[in-house]
Amino acid sequence: MTSSPHPPPTAVWQQDGEAVSLTLAGDWLRAGPAVSVTGTAPDRAPTRYQTDALGTHDSTLPAFILAHLRTLKAPTGDQPPTPLDGLPDNLRGLLQLALAVPEDGGAHPDTRPLSRLETIGNATLSTWQSGLALVDFIGQAVLSLGRFARGRARFRTSDFWVTLQQCGVEALPIVSLISFLIGLILAFVGSVQLAHFGADLYVADLVGISMVREMGVVMTAIIMSGRTGAAFAAHIGSMKANEEIDALRTFGFDPFDFLVLPRILALVLMMPILTVYADIVGILGGMLVGAASGIPPVLYWTETVASLHITTASLGVLKSPFFGAAIAISGCMQGMRAGNSSAAVGEATTRAVVTAITSVIVLDSAFAAVFTLLDI
Amino acid sequence: MAAKITVQDLTMAYGDLVVMHDLNFEIQDKDIFVIMGGSGCGKSTLLRHLIGLREPAKGSILYDGKDFTATPLAERGPFFQRFGVMYQSAALWSSLTLAENISMPLEESCKLPPKTLRDLACYKLSLVGLSGYEDFYPSQISGGMKKRAGIARAMALDPDILFLDEPSSGLDPLSSRRLDDLILGLRDGQGSTIVIVTHELASIFSIANNAVFLDTATHTQGALGNPSELRDHSDNPAVRLFLNRGDTPPSSP
Ligand SMILES: Nc1ncnc2c1ncn2[C@@H]1O[C@H](COP(=O)(O)OP(=O)(O)OP(=O)(O)O)[C@@H](O)[C@H]1O
Ligand SMILES: [Mg+2]
Repeated sequence: MTSSPHPPPTAVWQQDGEAVSLTLAGDWLRAGPAVSVTGTAPDRAPTRYQTDALGTHDSTLPAFILAHLRTLKAPTGDQPPTPLDGLPDNLRGLLQLALAVPEDGGAHPDTRPLSRLETIGNATLSTWQSGLALVDFIGQAVLSLGRFARGRARFRTSDFWVTLQQCGVEALPIVSLISFLIGLILAFVGSVQLAHFGADLYVADLVGISMVREMGVVMTAIIMSGRTGAAFAAHIGSMKANEEIDALRTFGFDPFDFLVLPRILALVLMMPILTVYADIVGILGGMLVGAASGIPPVLYWTETVASLHITTASLGVLKSPFFGAAIAISGCMQGMRAGNSSAAVGEATTRAVVTAITSVIVLDSAFAAVFTLLDI
Repeated sequence: MAAKITVQDLTMAYGDLVVMHDLNFEIQDKDIFVIMGGSGCGKSTLLRHLIGLREPAKGSILYDGKDFTATPLAERGPFFQRFGVMYQSAALWSSLTLAENISMPLEESCKLPPKTLRDLACYKLSLVGLSGYEDFYPSQISGGMKKRAGIARAMALDPDILFLDEPSSGLDPLSSRRLDDLILGLRDGQGSTIVIVTHELASIFSIANNAVFLDTATHTQGALGNPSELRDHSDNPAVRLFLNRGDTPPSSP
């Protein structure tokens, strides 16, 4: 190592009739100063290189020379190889390798910038396409269910049990926590208001009805969107990226029956159970607040039971399988439509959660409208 | 002068499963060193030990006489900067284009103008015969092209030591030949030391000047030396069998 600082890299172009010479000097190092170029680069390859004052160099030097050679017009027909006279042997060897394979023409993907109108058009088309894809996917799900009903859908039962466990038992802790807190919050807010009217006991009605009719099922659906919908999308998406889905197909498995169907079934089966569980835990949360404000649990319980008709009680549970199907379909669909890269899997997961939550809320509003019309 | 890489009494294990024990060999400066052995014998595992992705169960690895395995992880930066690694599955970053795959490590290592970054990426890609594919994503190119792009990325920082895990599997004979030329070119042009895992007998004989054979039967190194000499004169029959593609090896004198 010399103690003197590296001389900065320079490149000088000299044109003398037909002859073009390129004089290279200094230390060409990535971490060093930038190259100072004198003269303009002609649209011809240098016929001679002067490298007497060239110091140490890394790949920046061959990269610089190659970048110039690549800007020249592609040689047509048989041409003598580009002269590399005057370069040190090691550089010449590497550059010859780099030039050995001609640039692949036509291989460039289309990177033309789009006009505003085209962008809007593309966005519209892609929205329309994803709408169609959704309808298509739901159609396939129905067909697949039909095959299942006739006993012709093939999937591994062991996979189904694992999925059932993942979206059932393993979701219990988070569902418990959230439902309990929701019950608690409803009871707190309710009891403060009801206390003004001296109607403290009715907090039991408030918590019971809102948990059973709306909050229990909606909160469970939102938890499951984030938890299970995302997991479905990530799992299927990364299988797609690794060509695992293609491998299934070549073995004669229908990827839809094999991957999507068991997931939809599992979630449709588990959602009602989770919902009933969430309702009960939420009511227990309310009961805790009730007890703290002086309502004996037994009284609270009788009041809750008295306020709940069987119709009200069944509404939430009735909605839950639809929510389950919506979540599973969103997750699986985004997974199946994911691109072939790890980033695409991430995007698919995000889209799955957004679609799942949106469709749950939209479905819930639709149910609310229908129930109002039916006067339930 | 200490050897470039020294492996001392290295034992590699996954939990209780000992993959190889008591490996001892040296890799000299500007060597083209081949690690060979049957499938599943632990070649990739050895490579992962050499680059510090796994810790040895026993033994140590030294670079230029400095103990790499005894260096705490936080202080291994200077070692890592000298390594260029191509993984068996190429392991390209799938959300970046080929040019970005190469320029990303460069960008992080020092400040460079975009034009220089681009030129460097183009140069590395043309060395592996992929010029014109700068703006392709890894999912848009073939398996062999991914391998070559992986090699280009391994060369991104002009590493002192290049580790290649089966670079020529999946390449056609011509590309494979070009790869051999590239490896020789890198050794002669940049003075790199190159450690290759490969089964390609033709390229083992034409480029390697030293090799270690990992023996599945005994779980230790079966032979060490120049491959052409090992083929004809090794006293380990498994090595002769391997290097003669299973043909009855000529009896060694
Ligand atoms: N992460 C791991 N956990 C446990 N065992 C492993 C792990 N990775 C590899 N092994 C085992 O270590 C042994 C060596 O594997 P390794 O990948 O090093 O083989 P290889 O020699 O590179 O084979 P190939 O030529 O097929 O690539 C194998 O028996 C394998 O089962
Ligand atoms: Mg391997």
